Amino acid sequence: MELPPVLVTTLTFVILALLVWVLLSRTVLGRGFSVPLRNMFRPVETSQYPEKPRPVAPRFHGRHQLNRYADGLEKCIGCELCAWACPADAIYVQGADNTVEARYSPGERYAEDYQINYNRCILCGLCIEACPTRALTMTHEYEFSADQRSKLVYTKDQLIAGVPPGGDETPHTDRQVKERGLNYYGGLAVTPPTLHGGTYRPAGAAPASRAAQVVPTGDLPISDEQPTDPATVGGPTRRDPGRDR
Amino acid sequence: MTEKPVDDVTFTIDGQEITVPKGTLMIRAAEQLGIIIPRFCDHPLLDPVGACRQCVVEVEGLPKPMMACTTTVMPDKAVKTHATSDMAKKAQEGTLEFLLINHPLDCPMCDKGGECPLQDQALAHGSNTSRFIDQKRRYDKPVAVSEQILLDRERCVLCARCTRFSDQISGDPFIELFERGALEQVAIYEDEPYESYFSGNVIQICPVGALTSTSYRFKARPFDVVTTPSVCDHCSAGCTLTVQSRRGEIQRQLARTNMAVNEAWNCDKGRFGFTHLTAPTRVTEPKLREGDDLVTATWTQALRTSVAAISAAKDAGPGRIAVLTGSRLADEDAYAASKYARTVLGTDDVDHRTRFAPSTERDELVAVLGRDTASYAEVEAAPIIVVAGLDAEEEVPILHLRLRKAWRNRTARIVVVGPDLGTLDELAWRHLPTAVGGEAAVLRALSGDGVLNGPGSEVAAALGEVESPVVLVGERAGAGSITAASLLTDAVGGSLAYVPRRAGARGAMQAGLTAGTLPGGRRLDAADDRAAVEAVWATELPEEPGRDLHAILTDAAAGRIDVLHLIGVDLARDAASVELARAALTKVKTVIVQDLAWNDTVREFADVVLPVSGRQERAGTATNWEGRAQRFSRAIDGPDLVQDDWEILLQLAAILGQDLGFNDLEALRAEVDRLGVRDEPHAMPAAAADAKLEDGEAAGEGFDVVARPLLLDNGTMLTGATDLLATAREPVVVVASSDAAELDVSDGDRVELTGGGGALTLPVRVTTNLQPGTVVVPTNAADQPAGVLADRDGNLRVTLTKVAAEQPTGEHSQEVA
Ligand code: SF4
Ligand code: SF4
Ligand code: SF4
Ligand code: SF4
Ligand code: FES
Repeated sequence: MELPPVLVTTLTFVILALLVWVLLSRTVLGRGFSVPLRNMFRPVETSQYPEKPRPVAPRFHGRHQLNRYADGLEKCIGCELCAWACPADAIYVQGADNTVEARYSPGERYAEDYQINYNRCILCGLCIEACPTRALTMTHEYEFSADQRSKLVYTKDQLIAGVPPGGDETPHTDRQVKERGLNYYGGLAVTPPTLHGGTYRPAGAAPASRAAQVVPTGDLPISDEQPTDPATVGGPTRRDPGRDR
Repeated sequence: MTEKPVDDVTFTIDGQEITVPKGTLMIRAAEQLGIIIPRFCDHPLLDPVGACRQCVVEVEGLPKPMMACTTTVMPDKAVKTHATSDMAKKAQEGTLEFLLINHPLDCPMCDKGGECPLQDQALAHGSNTSRFIDQKRRYDKPVAVSEQILLDRERCVLCARCTRFSDQISGDPFIELFERGALEQVAIYEDEPYESYFSGNVIQICPVGALTSTSYRFKARPFDVVTTPSVCDHCSAGCTLTVQSRRGEIQRQLARTNMAVNEAWNCDKGRFGFTHLTAPTRVTEPKLREGDDLVTATWTQALRTSVAAISAAKDAGPGRIAVLTGSRLADEDAYAASKYARTVLGTDDVDHRTRFAPSTERDELVAVLGRDTASYAEVEAAPIIVVAGLDAEEEVPILHLRLRKAWRNRTARIVVVGPDLGTLDELAWRHLPTAVGGEAAVLRALSGDGVLNGPGSEVAAALGEVESPVVLVGERAGAGSITAASLLTDAVGGSLAYVPRRAGARGAMQAGLTAGTLPGGRRLDAADDRAAVEAVWATELPEEPGRDLHAILTDAAAGRIDVLHLIGVDLARDAASVELARAALTKVKTVIVQDLAWNDTVREFADVVLPVSGRQERAGTATNWEGRAQRFSRAIDGPDLVQDDWEILLQLAAILGQDLGFNDLEALRAEVDRLGVRDEPHAMPAAAADAKLEDGEAAGEGFDVVARPLLLDNGTMLTGATDLLATAREPVVVVASSDAAELDVSDGDRVELTGGGGALTLPVRVTTNLQPGTVVVPTNAADQPAGVLADRDGNLRVTLTKVAAEQPTGEHSQEVA
């Protein structure tokens, strides 16, 4: 019986294909070879970490950052609301006075010390929600590892963002701030301090006292023009410069 | 006689019936039912004013909303609060919305944030939104009302609590409301700084963050402080305090409400005076003297050196050791010191005073312990208060507030006996001037034993008419004053109190820290007392009463004493005669000092320095002038190497081979309880017949000196309290106007006072409220303590020389006689 050549060819291919399938799926050796074979046709999954870190989700909760305004002043006012909100008790803030000669943030108060303990932090982000000035945000950085626990307590110098271009490192003096047309002591249309025809006695009787340092002296001119509200000087800094160390 | 409750009123609040005395404010009645009506201006200890309009309630049948804090209860009315009345709820929401219109809402940087009644009530009773869209009122902030108080006018809700406090309670109405309407603001008068010893209270009662303290500014939040109840150690008022610490450091102290003692107030010294614990002048390590230096030693070395000196002195014969304690000790320390001196050292040479007291005082102090002492409540209720030798505002400030309250509320008549009217000038009804130390004679005359002048007989007549007057005798009253006062209260009724200045004085008296006395109001020369104490202490007590401070110092200066063991006393500065004290400290072989601070005695004279823990660093008991014992607990840890005073004494005793009989505070207190007080109190000593009635000019050349302490002075327990000290009163020498005219000096002139022991230069203040021939000098507020003026017997008699004003250009003042 003479089979038509087409059929022979077809049968040959079918048998060969069956053999190959049996070889690849039913034998140990074949199953082993099938893996690289299959993966030769898949996209490459290997990431080149740590040389090339992969981007994380846009709202990823990574290491915190203390932001600055465009002029370099710190946004953090040392209010401790973040510490209050933290369920893990990971934040320590110590507030202090901005003085006429050393101003770190707008307003009266700044964070003299600021620490986040990443041994405790669960990166939940409640702190940044609590922050009233958007001083505290979270970066995309997630590399927390150290060979000592104390190294996981990040201090203010590790958390604070770099000075933006054109800005100055803190502290500033109130005179500098005035020159920028700002007045962080309620410069918006100050109701004149009418005092029954008098003036307040400056707290100068004891020059060493705190009062003398924090109360603005009269020598700073109050500008008539409507100064920009500090909150609008450069919006919340969203850049992610990473640790500049 | 049955009292019919005709004066009770029954009505309902939110449907609950309540019966209260007529005249009760609705807000108080509601509190009794546990219904809290929101409020800002209402304060139970201040007069109602109705300034904030927050406490709106609806009273059925009345057309208008009512203020619960100013409306007294009405019979049979139905009162509805925000809980049941929509009208009240809406009105309260409206008030809050108005309050917040001009409120800066800078809670994040506000020191009140987290403990702010405005925050809390806005959350609980306010509406969620505000309809206000315009620019808020803005003020410069903060302004300094005083060195320790900052005012933020934007935050003020005009409740007038602060101004009412300074007007009604402390009587320093320097802070007031000025202007009207939206611009109404709290302010101080132009030329008068807000000077008050009680200013810290306005910070505490401000229901918003408008008044904040410079010392606590931005330091902490309510959630990160640890709160410990405590008792103030600055004076014998015994105010209860709240100590708040963060990470082991005290951040602030607040008045803790105790209606029996300090009500809801305290003074600035108690509030702000805690910095000495962390000041660089704190003694933190045991030290031993090597030549001129004090070098750090171990406790073992320091204790062994002390014990070697003590043993040598004991071997050298009796009477060569003396124990002097200041009056800052806790009751437990005082008891341990008393037992240590008598049983371990075998001496009765102890004294807790720094003044040279008359010899009769010992028996008086013992007798005072056995009598019922007047209390704050009695002072408050008294129709007449006789004050002798005491300037309460400077010495026991909270007692001054009570005197003021009695004067204001119940129109108590305050009679001052003594050379000087002092700070009672506003309150005093009559001043019975005496020569220095002449108080006893006038007190005796008031009880009918002596001649009185015009005002004196008026007072005597008034005393005869009233029930339960109160007689307060201070430390400066002359010899025999306590006895005379007791005769007076025996004659006219009422009660008596001896009011020492320092916090541990009463405890020291009770522990027997006066030569010749024993714990529990007992006397060494009474056989039954000796037996009672010997039974508990299981030891033989010395037979003869020991020496008092003056005798001890005199003998020490003469080389008859080898070891002075000083427990919390800075003799080189505080002793009545600085000259004698320094001579004594120089002469004795070994000076053992247990103290908190590097004071003059430690620096110059101590051979062994043993560091001790401060009040907030330990537990203990404090007894105030009323005899009220109050416990305090440990709020913070002290420096690593400090120990409590009683622990040190325990160890010294142990090395000397003796057991004090207790190893912890509980056992010590149990022993004090076992010892108890004498069943039948000792009577007052018979009045000294020689006390003479003097109210004429003092004889001879010069002036008698009243050495009066100022509240805020150079005391080592105020070290580091910069802001507090900036509000201290200027040290002046007070001169009677007639003397001033004779000397040709007026206010502000500087005079040099020369006394038996040294000289002192001070500015003059002229007053009419002072016995001529007398001057008042601050004890420890000038560069030199008043004790430098005294001769070796503590006599204070000075001559005054005018010093020319300082040249405006020169640095050195030129002296012109
Ligand atoms: S992320 Fe969460 S746990 Fe971490 S500091 Fe912020 S609040 Fe605390
Ligand atoms: S980071 Fe924000 S919340 Fe935390 S202290 Fe600073 S301003 Fe306040
Ligand atoms: S007073 Fe109260 S409501 Fe006002 S800013 Fe301060 S914390 Fe906020
Ligand atoms: S009155 Fe005396 S006890 Fe009270 S706070 Fe002032 S110093 Fe302390
Ligand atoms: S609490 Fe009643 S008006 Fe202020």
